[in-house]
Amino acid sequence: MKVTPMLNQSQTLVLESPQQHSSDSFLSLTDVSKVYPTPKGDYVVLRDINLTIASGEFICLIGHSGCGKTTLLNMVSGFAQPTDGNVKLRGKSITEPGPDRMVVFQNYALLPWLTAFENVYMAVDAVHPGKPEAQKRAIVREHLALVGLADAMEKKPPQLSGGMKQRVAIARALAIRPEVLILDEPFGALDAITKEELQEELLKIWNDHRCTVLMITHDIDEALFLADRLVMMTNGPAATIGEVMEIPFPRPRDRTQIMEDPEYYNLRNYALDFLYHRFAHDVD
Amino acid sequence: MVANAKARSTDFNFAEFVRRFWKKQGQNILLPVLGILLFLTIWQLLSSAGVTRLPGPLSVWTEQRTRELLLYPFYDRGGLDKGLFWQTLASLGRVAKGYSAAAIIGISMGVLIGVSPVLNKMLDPLFQFLRMIAPLAWVPIALIALQQNQRAAIFVIFITSVWPILINTAEGVRQVPQDYINVAKVLRISRWTYFFRILMPSALPYIFTGLRIAIGLAWLAIIAAEIVMTGIVGIGFFIWEAYQQSFLSDIILAVIYIGAIGLLLDRVVAYIQQLILPTGK
Repeated sequence: MKVTPMLNQSQTLVLESPQQHSSDSFLSLTDVSKVYPTPKGDYVVLRDINLTIASGEFICLIGHSGCGKTTLLNMVSGFAQPTDGNVKLRGKSITEPGPDRMVVFQNYALLPWLTAFENVYMAVDAVHPGKPEAQKRAIVREHLALVGLADAMEKKPPQLSGGMKQRVAIARALAIRPEVLILDEPFGALDAITKEELQEELLKIWNDHRCTVLMITHDIDEALFLADRLVMMTNGPAATIGEVMEIPFPRPRDRTQIMEDPEYYNLRNYALDFLYHRFAHDVD
Repeated sequence: MVANAKARSTDFNFAEFVRRFWKKQGQNILLPVLGILLFLTIWQLLSSAGVTRLPGPLSVWTEQRTRELLLYPFYDRGGLDKGLFWQTLASLGRVAKGYSAAAIIGISMGVLIGVSPVLNKMLDPLFQFLRMIAPLAWVPIALIALQQNQRAAIFVIFITSVWPILINTAEGVRQVPQDYINVAKVLRISRWTYFFRILMPSALPYIFTGLRIAIGLAWLAIIAAEIVMTGIVGIGFFIWEAYQQSFLSDIILAVIYIGAIGLLLDRVVAYIQQLILPTGK
Protein backbone atom coordinates (compact mmCIF):
# COMPACT_ATOMS: atom_id res chain seq x y z
CA MET A 1 0.00 0.00 0.00
CA LYS A 2 2.74 2.38 1.00
CA VAL A 3 4.92 1.25 -1.86
CA THR A 4 2.64 2.75 -4.47
CA PRO A 5 4.06 6.29 -4.40
CA MET A 6 7.57 4.90 -4.80
CA LEU A 7 6.50 2.94 -7.85
CA ASN A 8 4.93 6.01 -9.33
CA GLN A 9 8.12 7.94 -8.82
CA SER A 10 10.24 5.39 -10.59
CA GLN A 11 7.75 5.32 -13.44
CA THR A 12 7.92 9.06 -13.91
CA LEU A 13 11.67 8.76 -13.69
CA VAL A 14 11.69 6.34 -16.60
CA LEU A 15 9.46 8.67 -18.57
CA GLU A 16 11.58 11.72 -17.82
CA SER A 17 14.93 10.23 -18.73
CA PRO A 18 14.68 7.87 -21.62
CA GLN A 19 18.33 6.78 -21.48
CA GLN A 20 19.03 3.11 -20.98
CA HIS A 21 20.68 3.36 -17.59
CA SER A 22 18.18 5.80 -16.15
CA SER A 23 17.78 3.88 -12.93
CA ASP A 24 21.57 3.81 -12.50
CA SER A 25 21.78 7.57 -12.36
CA PHE A 26 19.24 7.95 -9.57
CA LEU A 27 21.94 9.33 -7.33
CA SER A 28 25.30 10.20 -8.79
CA LEU A 29 28.53 11.66 -7.51
CA THR A 30 30.78 12.77 -10.36
CA ASP A 31 34.43 13.82 -9.91
CA VAL A 32 33.58 15.09 -6.46
CA SER A 33 36.25 16.64 -4.28
CA LYS A 34 36.03 18.52 -1.03
CA VAL A 35 38.72 20.97 0.00
CA TYR A 36 38.80 23.07 3.13
CA PRO A 37 40.99 26.15 2.90
CA THR A 38 43.17 26.55 5.98
CA PRO A 39 45.82 29.15 6.88
CA LYS A 40 48.47 26.54 6.07
CA GLY A 41 47.00 25.92 2.64
CA ASP A 42 44.22 23.79 1.27
CA TYR A 43 43.22 20.69 3.15
CA VAL A 44 41.86 18.05 0.77
CA VAL A 45 39.35 15.82 2.47
CA LEU A 46 38.02 13.93 -0.54
CA ARG A 47 39.09 13.71 -4.16
CA ASP A 48 37.97 11.99 -7.34
CA ILE A 49 34.83 10.49 -5.90
CA ASN A 50 32.76 8.78 -8.57
CA LEU A 51 29.78 6.71 -7.56
CA THR A 52 26.39 6.04 -9.05
CA ILE A 53 23.67 4.54 -6.96
CA ALA A 54 20.49 2.96 -8.29
CA SER A 55 17.11 3.66 -6.81
CA GLY A 56 16.37 1.28 -3.96
CA GLU A 57 19.97 0.22 -3.48
CA PHE A 58 21.43 -0.36 -0.02
CA ILE A 59 24.96 1.05 0.14
CA CYS A 60 27.34 0.84 3.08
CA LEU A 61 30.44 2.99 3.41
CA ILE A 62 33.39 1.79 5.39
CA GLY A 63 36.77 3.32 6.11
CA HIS A 64 38.99 4.49 8.93
CA SER A 65 38.04 7.57 10.89
CA GLY A 66 39.11 10.78 9.19
CA CYS A 67 38.58 9.39 5.71
CA GLY A 68 35.75 11.76 4.94
CA LYS A 69 32.84 9.33 5.04
CA THR A 70 30.67 11.79 6.89
CA THR A 71 31.70 14.59 4.51
CA LEU A 72 30.67 12.37 1.62
CA LEU A 73 27.24 11.75 3.16
CA ASN A 74 26.89 15.43 4.01
CA MET A 75 27.20 16.26 0.34
CA VAL A 76 24.31 13.90 -0.40
CA SER A 77 22.19 15.22 2.48
CA GLY A 78 23.03 18.77 1.40
CA PHE A 79 24.76 19.92 4.58
CA ALA A 80 27.98 20.35 2.57
CA GLN A 81 28.66 21.23 -1.04
CA PRO A 82 31.42 19.69 -3.13
CA THR A 83 34.34 21.98 -3.98
CA ASP A 84 34.54 20.38 -7.40
CA GLY A 85 32.33 18.00 -9.28
CA ASN A 86 28.66 17.49 -8.62
CA VAL A 87 26.23 15.43 -6.62
CA LYS A 88 22.92 14.86 -8.35
CA LEU A 89 19.67 13.25 -7.34
CA ARG A 90 17.51 12.42 -10.36
CA GLY A 91 19.72 14.69 -12.42
CA LYS A 92 19.28 17.68 -10.13
CA SER A 93 22.21 19.12 -8.23
CA ILE A 94 21.86 18.90 -4.46
CA THR A 95 22.19 22.35 -2.94
CA GLU A 96 20.55 22.16 0.46
CA PRO A 97 19.17 19.67 2.98
CA GLY A 98 15.65 18.46 2.40
CA PRO A 99 13.24 15.79 3.60
CA ASP A 100 13.65 13.72 0.43
CA ARG A 101 17.11 12.86 1.79
CA MET A 102 16.37 12.20 5.44
CA VAL A 103 19.22 11.67 7.85
CA VAL A 104 19.44 9.45 10.91
CA PHE A 105 22.03 11.33 12.88
CA GLN A 106 24.91 9.72 14.74
CA ASN A 107 23.64 10.70 18.17
CA TYR A 108 19.93 10.34 17.40
CA ALA A 109 19.24 14.11 17.48
CA LEU A 110 15.87 13.67 19.18
CA LEU A 111 14.39 16.64 20.95
CA PRO A 112 14.47 15.68 24.64
CA TRP A 113 11.49 17.86 25.60
CA LEU A 114 9.17 16.10 23.15
CA THR A 115 7.79 12.57 23.51
CA ALA A 116 8.72 9.89 20.98
CA PHE A 117 5.36 10.50 19.34
CA GLU A 118 5.87 14.26 19.17
CA ASN A 119 9.37 13.86 17.77
CA VAL A 120 8.06 11.81 14.86
CA TYR A 121 4.95 13.96 14.52
CA MET A 122 7.07 17.08 14.12
CA ALA A 123 8.74 15.54 11.07
CA VAL A 124 5.47 14.31 9.54
CA ASP A 125 3.85 17.67 10.17
CA ALA A 126 6.76 19.55 8.61
CA VAL A 127 6.68 17.45 5.46
CA HIS A 128 2.90 17.18 5.08
CA PRO A 129 1.51 20.37 6.61
CA GLY A 130 -1.70 20.03 4.60
CA LYS A 131 -2.66 16.51 5.63
CA PRO A 132 -5.50 16.11 8.10
CA GLU A 133 -4.41 15.80 11.72
CA ALA A 134 -5.85 12.30 12.13
CA GLN A 135 -3.96 11.03 9.12
CA LYS A 136 -0.68 12.50 10.38
CA ARG A 137 -1.19 10.91 13.77
CA ALA A 138 -1.93 7.59 12.11
CA ILE A 139 1.33 7.79 10.13
CA VAL A 140 3.26 8.47 13.33
CA ARG A 141 1.65 5.58 15.18
CA GLU A 142 2.19 3.24 12.25
CA HIS A 143 5.90 3.98 12.06
CA LEU A 144 6.51 3.84 15.78
CA ALA A 145 4.78 0.46 15.78
CA LEU A 146 6.97 -0.57 12.85
CA VAL A 147 10.10 -0.15 14.98
CA GLY A 148 8.44 -1.83 17.96
CA LEU A 149 7.76 1.28 20.03
CA ALA A 150 3.97 1.20 20.12
CA ASP A 151 4.07 1.09 23.92
CA ALA A 152 6.69 3.79 24.42
CA MET A 153 5.15 6.53 22.28
CA GLU A 154 4.48 8.85 25.18
CA LYS A 155 7.95 8.56 26.67
CA LYS A 156 10.53 11.25 26.31
CA PRO A 157 14.05 10.49 25.04
CA PRO A 158 15.73 10.74 28.47
CA GLN A 159 13.51 7.84 29.58
CA LEU A 160 14.49 5.70 26.59
CA SER A 161 17.48 3.41 26.17
CA GLY A 162 20.00 4.01 23.39
CA GLY A 163 18.42 1.34 21.22
CA MET A 164 14.96 2.81 21.70
CA LYS A 165 16.19 6.30 20.88
CA GLN A 166 17.69 5.01 17.66
CA ARG A 167 14.39 3.31 16.88
CA VAL A 168 12.57 6.61 17.31
CA ALA A 169 15.12 8.30 15.03
CA ILE A 170 14.59 5.60 12.40
CA ALA A 171 10.81 5.85 12.74
CA ARG A 172 11.08 9.62 12.32
CA ALA A 173 13.17 9.18 9.19
CA LEU A 174 10.92 6.55 7.63
CA ALA A 175 7.67 8.29 8.50
CA ILE A 176 8.35 11.03 5.97
CA ARG A 177 9.06 8.52 3.20
CA PRO A 178 12.42 9.84 2.05
CA GLU A 179 13.76 8.78 -1.33
CA VAL A 180 17.19 8.45 0.21
CA LEU A 181 17.77 7.40 3.80
CA ILE A 182 21.14 8.46 5.16
CA LEU A 183 22.47 6.83 8.31
CA ASP A 184 25.71 7.95 9.93
CA GLU A 185 26.95 5.01 11.98
CA PRO A 186 23.51 4.44 13.43
CA PHE A 187 24.31 1.42 15.56
CA GLY A 188 27.83 2.28 16.69
CA ALA A 189 26.86 3.11 20.27
CA LEU A 190 24.62 0.11 20.83
CA ASP A 191 25.32 -3.23 22.49
CA ALA A 192 25.76 -6.26 20.23
CA ILE A 193 22.29 -7.73 20.73
CA THR A 194 20.38 -4.50 20.25
CA LYS A 195 22.54 -3.82 17.24
CA GLU A 196 21.63 -7.11 15.56
CA GLU A 197 17.96 -6.60 16.35
CA LEU A 198 17.97 -3.16 14.82
CA GLN A 199 19.89 -4.33 11.76
CA GLU A 200 17.23 -6.94 11.15
CA GLU A 201 14.42 -4.45 11.66
CA LEU A 202 16.04 -1.95 9.34
CA LEU A 203 16.50 -4.60 6.69
CA LYS A 204 12.91 -5.76 7.01
CA ILE A 205 11.59 -2.23 6.73
CA TRP A 206 13.86 -1.55 3.77
CA ASN A 207 12.59 -4.74 2.10
CA ASP A 208 9.05 -3.49 2.51
CA HIS A 209 9.62 0.11 1.45
CA ARG A 210 12.69 0.03 -0.77
CA CYS A 211 14.07 3.48 -0.30
CA THR A 212 17.70 4.03 -1.22
CA VAL A 213 19.94 3.67 1.80
CA LEU A 214 23.37 5.16 2.37
CA MET A 215 24.92 4.07 5.61
CA ILE A 216 28.27 4.61 7.27
CA THR A 217 29.51 1.74 9.37
CA HIS A 218 32.65 0.55 11.10
CA ASP A 219 31.44 -3.00 11.21
CA ILE A 220 32.21 -5.28 8.26
CA ASP A 221 29.69 -7.93 9.36
CA GLU A 222 27.00 -5.28 9.55
CA ALA A 223 27.82 -4.15 6.01
CA LEU A 224 27.88 -7.71 4.66
CA PHE A 225 24.51 -8.44 6.21
CA LEU A 226 22.80 -5.26 5.06
CA ALA A 227 24.32 -3.85 1.90
CA ASP A 228 24.06 -4.52 -1.82
CA ARG A 229 27.42 -2.86 -2.27
CA LEU A 230 30.15 -1.93 0.17
CA VAL A 231 32.10 1.22 -0.64
CA MET A 232 35.57 1.02 0.87
CA MET A 233 37.39 4.31 1.34
CA THR A 234 41.13 4.90 1.33
CA ASN A 235 42.70 6.86 4.16
CA GLY A 236 42.51 10.61 4.48
CA PRO A 237 43.57 13.25 3.80
CA ALA A 238 42.62 13.28 0.15
CA ALA A 239 40.67 10.07 0.57
CA THR A 240 38.81 8.51 -2.28
CA ILE A 241 36.85 5.38 -3.03
CA GLY A 242 39.32 2.51 -2.94
CA GLU A 243 37.06 -0.29 -4.05
CA VAL A 244 33.40 -1.10 -4.30
CA MET A 245 32.49 -4.62 -3.28
CA GLU A 246 29.35 -6.31 -4.58
CA ILE A 247 27.61 -8.34 -1.91
CA PRO A 248 25.74 -11.04 -3.82
CA PHE A 249 23.68 -12.74 -1.08
CA PRO A 250 20.06 -13.15 -2.11
CA ARG A 251 17.31 -11.31 -0.26
CA PRO A 252 15.54 -11.54 2.05
CA ARG A 253 18.70 -12.32 3.97
CA ASP A 254 19.04 -14.54 6.95
CA ARG A 255 22.00 -13.89 9.20
CA THR A 256 22.81 -17.52 10.01
CA GLN A 257 22.38 -18.57 6.41
CA ILE A 258 24.76 -16.03 4.95
CA MET A 259 27.28 -16.66 7.69
CA GLU A 260 27.37 -20.31 6.66
CA ASP A 261 28.11 -19.32 3.08
CA PRO A 262 31.85 -19.73 2.36
CA GLU A 263 31.63 -16.66 0.13
CA TYR A 264 30.84 -14.64 3.28
CA TYR A 265 34.34 -15.26 4.63
CA ASN A 266 35.99 -14.54 1.31
CA LEU A 267 34.28 -11.16 1.22
CA ARG A 268 34.94 -10.53 4.89
CA ASN A 269 38.63 -11.35 4.58
CA TYR A 270 38.90 -9.25 1.48
CA ALA A 271 37.41 -6.25 3.25
CA LEU A 272 39.56 -6.83 6.33
CA ASP A 273 42.62 -7.06 4.16
CA PHE A 274 41.68 -3.81 2.48
CA LEU A 275 41.19 -2.01 5.79
CA TYR A 276 44.01 -3.46 7.86
CA HIS A 277 46.76 -4.24 5.37
CA ARG A 278 46.39 -2.30 2.19
CA PHE A 279 45.00 0.81 3.88
CA ALA A 280 46.01 0.25 7.47
CA HIS A 281 45.51 3.24 9.66
CA ASP A 282 48.90 4.43 10.83
CA VAL A 283 47.65 7.05 13.27
CA ASP A 284 45.78 4.98 15.82
CA MET B 1 -3.57 -10.83 69.46
CA VAL B 2 -3.30 -9.79 65.91
CA ALA B 3 -4.13 -6.23 66.87
CA ASN B 4 -1.56 -6.37 69.60
CA ALA B 5 1.10 -7.60 67.30
CA LYS B 6 0.17 -4.90 64.83
CA ALA B 7 0.31 -2.18 67.47
CA ARG B 8 3.66 -3.39 68.64
CA SER B 9 5.00 -3.51 65.15
CA THR B 10 3.79 0.06 64.46
CA ASP B 11 5.41 1.18 67.68
CA PHE B 12 8.57 -0.46 66.71
CA ASN B 13 8.37 0.99 63.22
CA PHE B 14 7.75 4.45 64.53
CA ALA B 15 10.74 4.33 66.85
CA GLU B 16 12.77 2.90 64.01
CA PHE B 17 11.49 5.65 61.75
CA VAL B 18 12.50 8.38 64.20
CA ARG B 19 15.87 6.80 64.70
CA ARG B 20 16.49 6.52 60.97
CA PHE B 21 15.18 10.00 60.31
CA TRP B 22 17.47 11.39 62.96
CA LYS B 23 20.41 9.49 61.59
CA LYS B 24 19.74 10.76 58.11
CA GLN B 25 18.42 14.27 58.71
CA GLY B 26 19.67 15.05 62.22
CA GLN B 27 22.85 16.66 61.02
CA ASN B 28 21.02 18.55 58.31
CA ILE B 29 18.70 20.18 60.81
CA LEU B 30 20.79 20.30 63.97
CA LEU B 31 23.91 21.85 62.48
CA PRO B 32 22.27 24.82 60.75
CA VAL B 33 20.23 25.58 63.88
CA LEU B 34 23.41 25.36 65.93
CA GLY B 35 25.15 27.73 63.53
CA ILE B 36 22.39 30.31 63.73
CA LEU B 37 22.21 30.12 67.54
CA LEU B 38 25.95 30.53 67.80
CA PHE B 39 25.88 33.58 65.56
CA LEU B 40 23.03 35.19 67.51
CA THR B 41 24.71 34.47 70.85
CA ILE B 42 27.97 36.09 69.82
CA TRP B 43 26.08 39.09 68.48
CA GLN B 44 24.05 39.40 71.70
CA LEU B 45 27.21 39.13 73.81
CA LEU B 46 29.09 41.74 71.79
CA SER B 47 26.14 44.09 72.03
CA SER B 48 25.60 43.53 75.78
CA ALA B 49 29.29 44.03 76.46
CA GLY B 50 29.06 47.41 74.78
CA VAL B 51 31.52 46.60 72.00
CA THR B 52 29.00 47.88 69.45
CA ARG B 53 26.16 50.36 69.61
CA LEU B 54 24.06 47.95 67.55
CA PRO B 55 21.40 46.36 69.75
CA GLY B 56 21.51 42.60 70.14
CA PRO B 57 18.97 40.28 68.46
CA LEU B 58 16.92 40.04 71.65
CA SER B 59 16.05 43.73 71.34
CA VAL B 60 13.57 42.77 68.61
CA TRP B 61 11.49 41.41 71.48
CA THR B 62 12.59 43.50 74.45
CA GLU B 63 12.15 46.87 72.73
CA GLN B 64 8.49 47.82 73.10
CA ARG B 65 8.22 49.57 69.70
CA THR B 66 9.80 46.75 67.76
CA ARG B 67 7.77 44.10 69.54
CA GLU B 68 4.62 45.82 68.33
CA LEU B 69 5.95 45.80 64.77
CA LEU B 70 6.80 42.13 65.14
CA LEU B 71 3.38 41.20 66.57
CA TYR B 72 1.20 43.41 64.37
CA PRO B 73 2.50 43.28 60.82
CA PHE B 74 -0.94 44.19 59.40
CA TYR B 75 -1.65 47.51 61.17
CA ASP B 76 -2.29 50.54 59.00
CA ARG B 77 -2.48 54.02 60.52
CA GLY B 78 -2.48 55.71 57.14
CA GLY B 79 0.34 57.53 55.38
CA LEU B 80 3.71 55.91 55.83
CA ASP B 81 2.79 54.44 59.21
CA LYS B 82 1.99 50.90 58.19
CA GLY B 83 2.86 47.41 59.48
CA LEU B 84 5.80 45.53 58.02
CA PHE B 85 3.50 43.33 55.94
CA TRP B 86 2.26 46.37 54.00
CA GLN B 87 5.76 47.82 53.73
CA THR B 88 7.05 44.56 52.32
CA LEU B 89 4.05 44.18 50.01
CA ALA B 90 4.63 47.66 48.56
CA SER B 91 8.27 46.76 47.83
CA LEU B 92 7.26 43.42 46.38
CA GLY B 93 4.75 45.17 44.13
CA ARG B 94 7.54 47.30 42.68
CA VAL B 95 9.73 44.24 42.23
CA ALA B 96 6.89 42.44 40.46
CA LYS B 97 6.50 45.30 37.97
CA GLY B 98 10.19 45.93 37.37
CA TYR B 99 11.06 42.24 37.23
CA SER B 100 8.23 41.41 34.83
CA ALA B 101 9.36 44.19 32.51
CA ALA B 102 12.94 42.90 32.79
CA ALA B 103 11.79 39.35 31.99
CA ILE B 104 9.76 40.37 28.95
CA ILE B 105 12.34 42.74 27.50
CA GLY B 106 15.32 40.66 28.59
CA ILE B 107 14.02 37.48 26.96
CA SER B 108 12.91 39.14 23.73
CA MET B 109 16.10 41.18 23.33
CA GLY B 110 18.14 38.12 24.32
CA VAL B 111 16.53 36.04 21.58
CA LEU B 112 17.14 38.78 18.99
CA ILE B 113 20.77 39.16 19.99
CA GLY B 114 21.28 35.41 20.17
CA VAL B 115 19.85 34.93 16.69
CA SER B 116 21.57 37.87 15.02
CA PRO B 117 25.37 38.07 15.12
CA VAL B 118 25.16 41.63 13.74
CA LEU B 119 22.97 42.86 16.59
CA ASN B 120 25.16 40.97 19.01
CA LYS B 121 28.33 42.69 17.79
CA MET B 122 26.57 46.03 17.85
CA LEU B 123 25.04 45.83 21.32
CA ASP B 124 27.09 43.42 23.39
CA PRO B 125 29.80 45.91 24.44
CA LEU B 126 27.14 48.41 25.45
CA PHE B 127 25.31 45.82 27.53
CA GLN B 128 28.50 44.59 29.14
CA PHE B 129 29.21 48.18 30.13
CA LEU B 130 25.73 48.98 31.39
CA ARG B 131 25.41 45.86 33.49
CA MET B 132 28.40 46.93 35.58
CA ILE B 133 26.57 50.00 36.86
CA ALA B 134 25.35 49.51 40.42
CA PRO B 135 21.64 49.95 41.19
CA LEU B 136 22.31 52.94 43.41
CA ALA B 137 24.09 54.78 40.62
CA TRP B 138 20.95 54.46 38.52
CA VAL B 139 18.77 56.11 41.16
CA PRO B 140 19.64 59.77 40.44
CA ILE B 141 19.49 59.13 36.70
CA ALA B 142 16.12 57.46 37.05
CA LEU B 143 14.78 60.26 39.25
CA ILE B 144 15.91 62.93 36.80
CA ALA B 145 14.63 61.08 33.78
CA LEU B 146 11.30 59.95 35.21
CA GLN B 147 10.59 62.68 37.78
CA GLN B 148 8.65 60.36 40.05
CA ASN B 149 9.67 58.07 42.91
CA GLN B 150 7.45 55.14 42.04
CA ARG B 151 8.41 55.00 38.37
CA ALA B 152 12.07 55.58 39.15
CA ALA B 153 12.09 52.72 41.66
CA ILE B 154 10.57 50.35 39.12
CA PHE B 155 13.06 51.49 36.51
CA VAL B 156 15.98 50.80 38.85
CA ILE B 157 14.72 47.27 39.43
CA PHE B 158 14.27 46.79 35.73
CA ILE B 159 17.69 48.06 34.75
CA THR B 160 19.40 45.99 37.45
CA SER B 161 17.69 42.70 36.71
CA VAL B 162 17.41 42.83 32.92
CA TRP B 163 21.08 42.05 32.17
CA PRO B 164 21.41 38.53 33.51
CA ILE B 165 18.14 37.60 31.78
CA LEU B 166 19.21 39.14 28.49
CA ILE B 167 22.74 37.78 28.48
CA ASN B 168 21.73 34.27 29.53
CA THR B 169 18.89 34.13 27.01
CA ALA B 170 21.23 35.20 24.20
CA GLU B 171 23.73 32.57 25.28
CA GLY B 172 21.01 29.91 25.42
CA VAL B 173 19.88 30.78 21.92
CA ARG B 174 23.46 30.62 20.62
CA GLN B 175 23.96 27.24 22.31
CA VAL B 176 21.15 25.41 20.49
CA PRO B 177 22.90 22.11 19.66
CA GLN B 178 23.91 21.73 16.02
CA ASP B 179 22.04 18.40 15.91
CA TYR B 180 18.70 20.14 16.52
CA ILE B 181 19.50 22.78 13.91
CA ASN B 182 20.35 20.03 11.42
CA VAL B 183 17.06 18.26 12.10
CA ALA B 184 15.24 21.54 11.49
CA LYS B 185 17.17 22.05 8.25
CA VAL B 186 16.64 18.60 6.83
CA LEU B 187 12.92 18.70 7.64
CA ARG B 188 12.66 22.33 6.49
CA ILE B 189 10.68 23.12 9.61
CA SER B 190 8.80 26.42 9.55
CA ARG B 191 10.30 29.35 11.43
CA TRP B 192 7.36 29.36 13.79
CA THR B 193 7.75 25.72 14.74
CA TYR B 194 11.51 26.11 14.99
CA PHE B 195 11.13 29.00 17.39
CA PHE B 196 8.59 27.45 19.71
CA ARG B 197 9.48 23.76 19.55
CA ILE B 198 13.26 23.85 19.20
CA LEU B 199 14.84 27.22 19.95
CA MET B 200 12.89 28.25 23.04
CA PRO B 201 12.82 24.84 24.77
CA SER B 202 16.52 24.49 24.11
CA ALA B 203 17.29 27.94 25.54
CA LEU B 204 14.91 27.52 28.48
CA PRO B 205 17.46 26.27 31.04
CA TYR B 206 19.65 29.28 30.27
CA ILE B 207 16.69 31.64 30.50
CA PHE B 208 15.83 30.27 33.92
CA THR B 209 19.38 30.69 35.12
CA GLY B 210 19.07 34.34 34.12
CA LEU B 211 15.67 34.70 35.78
CA ARG B 212 16.97 33.20 38.99
CA ILE B 213 19.99 35.51 39.17
CA ALA B 214 17.74 38.43 38.28
CA ILE B 215 15.18 37.91 41.04
CA GLY B 216 17.92 38.17 43.64
CA LEU B 217 19.30 41.32 42.03
CA ALA B 218 15.82 42.84 41.76
CA TRP B 219 15.24 42.40 45.46
CA LEU B 220 18.66 43.85 46.29
CA ALA B 221 17.93 46.78 44.02
CA ILE B 222 14.55 47.71 45.49
CA ILE B 223 15.94 48.05 48.98
CA ALA B 224 18.78 50.23 47.73
CA ALA B 225 16.45 52.30 45.58
CA GLU B 226 13.87 52.89 48.32
CA ILE B 227 16.46 53.91 50.86
CA VAL B 228 17.36 56.85 48.68
CA MET B 229 13.78 57.82 47.89
CA THR B 230 11.86 59.79 50.49
CA GLY B 231 8.22 59.50 51.34
CA ILE B 232 7.21 56.15 49.95
CA VAL B 233 5.81 53.03 51.58
CA GLY B 234 8.34 50.23 51.31
CA ILE B 235 10.63 48.16 53.44
CA GLY B 236 13.73 49.94 52.13
CA PHE B 237 12.50 53.37 53.06
CA PHE B 238 11.21 51.98 56.35
CA ILE B 239 14.80 51.08 57.26
CA TRP B 240 16.07 54.53 56.38
CA GLU B 241 13.31 56.19 58.36
CA ALA B 242 14.06 54.00 61.37
CA TYR B 243 17.73 54.89 61.11
CA GLN B 244 16.98 58.62 60.95
CA GLN B 245 14.96 58.30 64.14
CA SER B 246 17.39 55.88 65.82
CA PHE B 247 14.89 53.01 66.12
CA LEU B 248 17.77 50.61 65.80
CA SER B 249 15.97 47.38 66.67
CA ASP B 250 13.34 48.23 64.02
CA ILE B 251 16.13 48.05 61.48
CA ILE B 252 17.12 44.59 62.66
CA LEU B 253 13.55 43.34 62.32
CA ALA B 254 13.24 44.83 58.83
CA VAL B 255 16.52 43.24 57.77
CA ILE B 256 15.21 39.85 58.89
CA TYR B 257 12.13 40.47 56.72
CA ILE B 258 14.32 41.37 53.76
CA GLY B 259 16.47 38.28 54.08
CA ALA B 260 13.46 36.02 54.47
CA ILE B 261 11.62 37.50 51.48
CA GLY B 262 14.74 37.32 49.31
CA LEU B 263 15.19 33.67 50.19
CA LEU B 264 11.53 33.03 49.47
CA LEU B 265 11.67 34.74 46.06
CA ASP B 266 14.69 32.68 45.09
CA ARG B 267 12.96 29.47 46.19
CA VAL B 268 9.82 30.38 44.25
CA VAL B 269 11.76 30.90 41.01
CA ALA B 270 13.75 27.72 41.68
CA TYR B 271 10.47 25.86 42.20
CA ILE B 272 8.99 27.14 38.94
CA GLN B 273 12.25 26.25 37.21
CA GLN B 274 11.96 22.72 38.55
CA LEU B 275 8.34 22.45 37.43
CA ILE B 276 9.10 23.54 33.88
CA LEU B 277 12.41 21.73 33.47
CA PRO B 278 11.54 18.40 35.07
CA THR B 279 14.55 16.30 34.08
CA GLY B 280 16.99 19.06 34.90
CA LYS B 281 17.70 19.22 31.21
